Amino acid sequence: MITLGKYLRQSATYKLFSQFMISFGDFLDTLGKIAQMGFHMTKGIFKDGISKTELIAQCDRFGVSSLPITLSIVGMTSIIVASQVAHEMVKQGGGNFVGLLMTILIVREVGAIMSGFAITSMIGSSLASELATMRVTEQIDAIEVLGVDSIWHLFIPRVLSGIIMMPFVVILASVIGVLLGAVTSDMFAGLTYRAYFDSAWLGLYMKDLWVCLLKAAVFGGTISLISCTCGYFASGGAKGVGIATTKAVVWSFIAIVVWDMVFAVLFFF
Amino acid sequence: MSIEVRNLVKKFDDRVVINDISFKVADGEVLAIVGFSGSGKSTVLKLICGLIPFDNGEVITSEGDIAMVFQYSALFDSLNVFDNISFALRERKDLRKKYTKQQIKENVLQKLQLVGLQGIENKFPSELSGGMQKRVSFARAIVTKPNTILYDEPTAGLDPMSSTLIEDYIVRLKHEINAASIVVTHQMSTITRTADRVIMLYDGKIVFEGTPMQLLKQDNPYTKQFVTASLDGPMKMQA
Repeated sequence: MITLGKYLRQSATYKLFSQFMISFGDFLDTLGKIAQMGFHMTKGIFKDGISKTELIAQCDRFGVSSLPITLSIVGMTSIIVASQVAHEMVKQGGGNFVGLLMTILIVREVGAIMSGFAITSMIGSSLASELATMRVTEQIDAIEVLGVDSIWHLFIPRVLSGIIMMPFVVILASVIGVLLGAVTSDMFAGLTYRAYFDSAWLGLYMKDLWVCLLKAAVFGGTISLISCTCGYFASGGAKGVGIATTKAVVWSFIAIVVWDMVFAVLFFF
Repeated sequence: MSIEVRNLVKKFDDRVVINDISFKVADGEVLAIVGFSGSGKSTVLKLICGLIPFDNGEVITSEGDIAMVFQYSALFDSLNVFDNISFALRERKDLRKKYTKQQIKENVLQKLQLVGLQGIENKFPSELSGGMQKRVSFARAIVTKPNTILYDEPTAGLDPMSSTLIEDYIVRLKHEINAASIVVTHQMSTITRTADRVIMLYDGKIVFEGTPMQLLKQDNPYTKQFVTASLDGPMKMQA
């Protein structure tokens, strides 16, 4: 005779609920680890300083090697948006505002968020897989046994490089985006460069620029911290490296959107 | 006394993997820990060097560094041999400002000479054979002049000649730096060539303690089964 408890345990709703609870537990666990690593790292900066050589190497990796892909993604997104918007706006008599719309859109949102996604895909995944591989091949254990704080050695240069380099990447990507917006508006809607750039500066304030820089720094630090944490706590061989990398990318994407929402509410609501 | 382990207990979830074990290793002594796979040998090393926390007991070590040679060498694959060996001298908080660049260079080259690998300091780990990687990991381990060295399966996966070379280095290091050494292994040649004493683990407990000669005598049902590599005996392989 099947008991009620057994029946409930076999039901699809129960299995779905159990799966949800496991995922929720994993979510809280990861969140706790990210906070723990962030705290440990901050303490390490004040206590043990920064390895400058490693910081420069990581800045090069974060800022320079990611530029081609980041600039391509932000540039292409700007072309797509401009090609859709410019023609319609000129048709409706709003051609003089295309530059303004594109600039606000790129500086406030597209530049930072698309760069964030590009950096996550390229650098975040690489950080997570690098640290996860180091974990499963006992390289992190070796760092600890040699008497070096692995969080100090691995996290601080990587996370700081994210905070330092991301604003530069976003500025460059935004400039490229605005310029390509002008070229596209000219090609698709016959809008002159003068008309585009005359309006481009109208809606742009200093606040937009520093919020953009602050947001970029927060995105950079968040992507690096999440990716390093996911890699650092990896386990279980090649499969574990794959899981850590996927987790780092998914978590970073979510964090970027959440941070973007926070910034939008705090500064532009 | 360089290392003393007292009533060590380690559980993973509810499973007891190390169950109340105690032993001592003196300076200049090599202790081999043997046993079948899954008996908790490597866990003991990780507990001693603090890589994993224990649930109960004590690990007492005399002042100084503990070094470990990992089973698969665990060399930093993004760094060349020179940077691997000099890593602790460059990155460790208490050593960072102690050595000049020239002193670090001399130290690394001396350690490479000790393990017979001069001239490979610019190579990356992926360019080295398994035996050479193991020797580089020896050099990396001893660069801080440790007084305790832990070897996790130092000859696993190596050809017989490379194994003999590694065993010779263990004995040589014992004499040269007078360190207390623990060698986790299940290779008979490593036990007989390097160890002064042997303990055998089964199911997280010590089931034999004696000299390599006493192990080979097979007076104990556990040692008999281990030495003859028999499936019949008190030790059951986990399915």
